Amino acid sequence: MASPLIRCFSKVGRQVSRPWSVCQHGLRNRSTQPDMSAEQAAALGVSYPPLQTYSEEEGMMRDAVNKFAQERLAPFVSKMDENSLMDPEVIKSLFEQGLMGIEIDPEYGGTGSTFFSSILVIEELAKVDASVAVLCDIQNTLINTLFTKLGTAAQKERYLSRLSTDMVGSFCLSEAESGSDAFSLKTRADKHGDYYVINGSKMWISNAEQAGVFLVMANVDPSAGHRGITCFIVDRDTEGLQIGKKENKLGLRASSTCPLNLDNIKVPEKNVLGQIGHGYKYAIGMLNEGRIGIAAQMLGLAQGCFDQAVPYTRQRVQFGKRIFDFQAMQHQIAHVATQIEAARLLTYNAARLKEAGRPFIKEACMAKYFTSEVATLTTSKCIEWMGGVGFTKDYPVEKYYRDCKIGTIYEGTTNIQLSTMAKFIDKEYDH
Amino acid sequence: MSRVLVGVKRVIDYAVKIRVKPDHSGVVTDGVKHSMNPFCEIAVEEAVKLKEKKFIKEVVAVSCGPTQVTETIRTALAMGCDRGIHVEVSGKDYEAMGPLQIAKIFAALAKKEEASLVILGKQAIDDDCNQTGQMTAALLDWPQGTFASEVTIDGEKVKVVREIDGGLETIKISMPAVLTADLRLNTPRYATLPNIMKAKKKKIANMKPADLGVDMVSRVEVLRVDEPPTRLAGVKVETVDDLVAKLKANGTI
Repeated sequence: MASPLIRCFSKVGRQVSRPWSVCQHGLRNRSTQPDMSAEQAAALGVSYPPLQTYSEEEGMMRDAVNKFAQERLAPFVSKMDENSLMDPEVIKSLFEQGLMGIEIDPEYGGTGSTFFSSILVIEELAKVDASVAVLCDIQNTLINTLFTKLGTAAQKERYLSRLSTDMVGSFCLSEAESGSDAFSLKTRADKHGDYYVINGSKMWISNAEQAGVFLVMANVDPSAGHRGITCFIVDRDTEGLQIGKKENKLGLRASSTCPLNLDNIKVPEKNVLGQIGHGYKYAIGMLNEGRIGIAAQMLGLAQGCFDQAVPYTRQRVQFGKRIFDFQAMQHQIAHVATQIEAARLLTYNAARLKEAGRPFIKEACMAKYFTSEVATLTTSKCIEWMGGVGFTKDYPVEKYYRDCKIGTIYEGTTNIQLSTMAKFIDKEYDH
Repeated sequence: MSRVLVGVKRVIDYAVKIRVKPDHSGVVTDGVKHSMNPFCEIAVEEAVKLKEKKFIKEVVAVSCGPTQVTETIRTALAMGCDRGIHVEVSGKDYEAMGPLQIAKIFAALAKKEEASLVILGKQAIDDDCNQTGQMTAALLDWPQGTFASEVTIDGEKVKVVREIDGGLETIKISMPAVLTADLRLNTPRYATLPNIMKAKKKKIANMKPADLGVDMVSRVEVLRVDEPPTRLAGVKVETVDDLVAKLKANGTI
């Protein structure tokens, strides 16, 4: 494991943008401004501090994860992408660092921190690897939140302490025939006395390879339409649960995405999470929050990619000057930087709105939609700026380019986000 | 049984490009990222390890400087120290602060806290003095194990393997003692998120050098700070005779 000091003593300043193994170093110190803590801002008498103001706790967490990600995770990234396999060491270290139970109460072994801390953690992880970030995002914003909000004491006791220490969770909503039209899902749950028999199949389930518990959305009463959708807790070792072969994907390859087959699986009544028939509400509610997590992931991805490409433009010399010094390049770089900043503000603001208990759905949609578009623009431009080397797998930018595409697709496609926003806008003019 | 004092210094982050102030009085520190001195991280890690192995009961992190150093103390707390002490030094005193003043403070604190060990980093990456540990030991008249690459507690004694120019030297010293950490002593842990949360609840006591009877007057005055000269291109020679001729012409031999 590379010690920071070894890099310290090996002529930091003269680093030319180099392939994978050494490239990650440059990411550590991108911030030009030292951040001001909320306490410091208050001391200055600034009652409405800028969005990039963090509590001391949030700042420390972000720095700790930044360091951890750059030093411990970076060496694994390239191999995990090539083999399409998340290294168990990586998952173990995420648990050890307390990154998988950020909002879980310390009573259950969690960190006991806030939603915004999760957002910062996801952003920092995504700067290094979007696949690791999504694993952490799903665990924190979807699985943990559902258990915390809806779990009975017994369910929390049984699952939360595992989710914060060693067990990964998966959220199973999508099916082959129902993606955006999620509520037309066909998986059925038939009641037999004190247990349910679930039949159906799910698709595009992230974390499936690693998950120990699956939150399965199934319909107990198809005649009631979406009002029959219920959330079931299904343990991995349940008989009849088959996890299919993982997809061979363009990007986010280290994140396992598998189909699931549920063949007459028996789930006891006590494994219903929340209320029968309320599953659709839970799914929507949680996806609203998950949206901000994805925005953070895309934001980190864009920033990480940008941080790799700009140093190259400052070193590459053509026609007697740095390519950064050509006006066309400067304009492109400044434009992208502006987009990333705007994406950051949308994301942070959506997160703060949610924490403040204020309406945040429209803003969350905006954040997810905008950051995924920005990620696409940024990664595309970064490859161009790096020219031929950007196109090779020796350098990390092409991975960011492949990874960003899923941002406009999962957890609510761009079209769905836009339609949702439009509904809110329509209502705003109702008087 | 025993208490360990660990010194942590807030320095400019190792990855930052250092710039000299236009008036050559020092380097630019405003708006520049700071973090814990890497050797201090190693010192903290060693102290926390000793506590985990139950050789010592309490680890106290100490830092001297203005309000900002509390961040550094918090990081030490997040790594596992039990409590912190912030010795407030600011303004001109802080700018003039050097190893002697720190050593006096640590000596006073070591006596006050009845510490069995004082563990420091071997040097700070901003001034590279490599003096504080040695001075502290001298002021206390305690044995010292500097450049430690391995530390083992053996009853009332400490076995220290030191990295010296000729190789490795193993010494046995009695406690109380001062140790300074070298690069290969250990690999500092990352502060886990739960530990960061726990660190919020740990106490940091405030005091001033005067409370410890230490005067901060410096006997050293920095006259001027310059960047190292830019490296000039070298000259390639074909044979040894050429080399000798060039060296002679240069006046080197």
